[in-house]
Amino acid sequence: MKADTIITVKNLVKKFGAFTANDNLTFDVYKGEIFGFLGANGAGKTTAIRILCGLSTPTSGDIKIAGYDIYRETEKIKKNIGYMSQKFSLYEDLTVSENIRLYAGIYGIPSKKAKEKEAELLEKLEMESARKKLIAGLPLGWKQKLAFSVAIFHEPKIVFLDEPTGGVDPVTRRKFWDLIYEASNNGITVFVTTHYMDEAEYCNRVSIMDAGKIEALDTPGKLKERYNAKNMDEVFLKIAR
Amino acid sequence: MIEIKNISKYYNDIQALKEISLTVEKGELFGLIGPDGAGKTTLMRILMTLLLPDSGEAKMNDLHVVKDFKKIRHIVGYMPGRFSLYQDLSVEENLHFFATVFGTTIEENYDLIRDIYYQIEPFKNRRAGKLSGGMKQKLALSCALIHKPKILILDEPTTGVDAVSRKEFWEMLKALQQKEITILVSTPYMDEASLCDRVALIQKGTILDVDSPSRITEKFPRKIIQVHSEDMFRLIQDLRSFPKAESVFAFGQFVHFTGVDDEVEISELDKFLTDRKHRHVIVEEIHPGIEDVFMSLQSL
Repeated sequence: MKADTIITVKNLVKKFGAFTANDNLTFDVYKGEIFGFLGANGAGKTTAIRILCGLSTPTSGDIKIAGYDIYRETEKIKKNIGYMSQKFSLYEDLTVSENIRLYAGIYGIPSKKAKEKEAELLEKLEMESARKKLIAGLPLGWKQKLAFSVAIFHEPKIVFLDEPTGGVDPVTRRKFWDLIYEASNNGITVFVTTHYMDEAEYCNRVSIMDAGKIEALDTPGKLKERYNAKNMDEVFLKIAR
Repeated sequence: MIEIKNISKYYNDIQALKEISLTVEKGELFGLIGPDGAGKTTLMRILMTLLLPDSGEAKMNDLHVVKDFKKIRHIVGYMPGRFSLYQDLSVEENLHFFATVFGTTIEENYDLIRDIYYQIEPFKNRRAGKLSGGMKQKLALSCALIHKPKILILDEPTTGVDAVSRKEFWEMLKALQQKEITILVSTPYMDEASLCDRVALIQKGTILDVDSPSRITEKFPRKIIQVHSEDMFRLIQDLRSFPKAESVFAFGQFVHFTGVDDEVEISELDKFLTDRKHRHVIVEEIHPGIEDVFMSLQSL
């Protein structure tokens, strides 16, 4: 049984002048899977993610995101995806509730529905007491959980997570992954980058980029077998070193 | 040698450090392991004489962090968490600048930085702001070493750095340790703890434990059961619904399970999962890792 394809990338090339940041990438991502997108700093991950999100145009290649064409339908793509990065996700000088309302408004969710969903969300995250607090004053773990929840508030088909979990304690980091599993279980495709190799093991499939190319793509189990490695850390070191 | 006695620090009504005491021996590679907000940076800034403690005392090679702050600054090297070199100066200019500030030259102490600096020397005319993350890290370490410090303090040098660069960085630290430099390094990556001689696990301004990484895991009294099945999401849900479950968390391809009072048997858990139609079930007791210990201590 082969699942439905939600991201199709064929021969993606992105050049900046003489420098090739993405060198002929070809891969598919299936609906509802957790897809780990790994690589060393400077391997070209962020460049590729920006293209897949419709924020940057490739030099060449055929790419479809949730069925939409990357050249002609970027606005439709943006409506169907969510995005979260560690560097920027929430407005620090707005409250928890204001951030949720802002995103709901941007994605055109009617205010009555947004209000209901906000209450549900805050209850689930056990953050009702923080509703009127500024983001700036919240613990990092709360910010990350909220940022993720806001990124999937409009029920996108795909959510892109660019290093979502840096800097938090191990329990908080795992609670964050509970949310990822839940989203995936609800049919949202999760496309995630991380420097934590144990998190690579949580993915259904993992691709590893090095110097602009995808060097390996498979399930963590098969990658470990092929590279004769105990864990994903060893696989990564064998490929990217 | 670093001696820390009952150091406390408040930011308004938040206590960032709660009577911390700690000794780092001469030539030791010592790790401060803990998440954001644990107090790692505050402690390092106090040791670096950049911040005054509210109470308690600390000494760096017998120099007092408050009274002898000027002398301390000559014997310590510091790599702050944020890249703090001059972005619009070149690699070489930055290094030259730091050497001059400390009244020395690049040539005089080149021995100490050679193994690190040669990797970025081909780019010595490039502006620091234009370097990749890994190269910035190497330059920052070179600048922190150029005056031949006796104590090196590194604040999360590997945060946000990929696994390959992280490994290389730790190899550099090991090499520096051979040159009798005392190194205090902080990290939020628990797996890096095993690379230190001793570590302090720190959370919310309190030290949870100090020991060698192997001792910390050996003396941990809890029984950790490692569980695997094909459907990770359902496995976690089911294990959490097990009546005697205390904690259930994903660890790579496995789930680590601790039972209430450690009274859960392997066979019970195996049957519980098989009854729930899990496939390819593995249930086995394992030795705990640093992360297991940290997670258990932080929830006390």
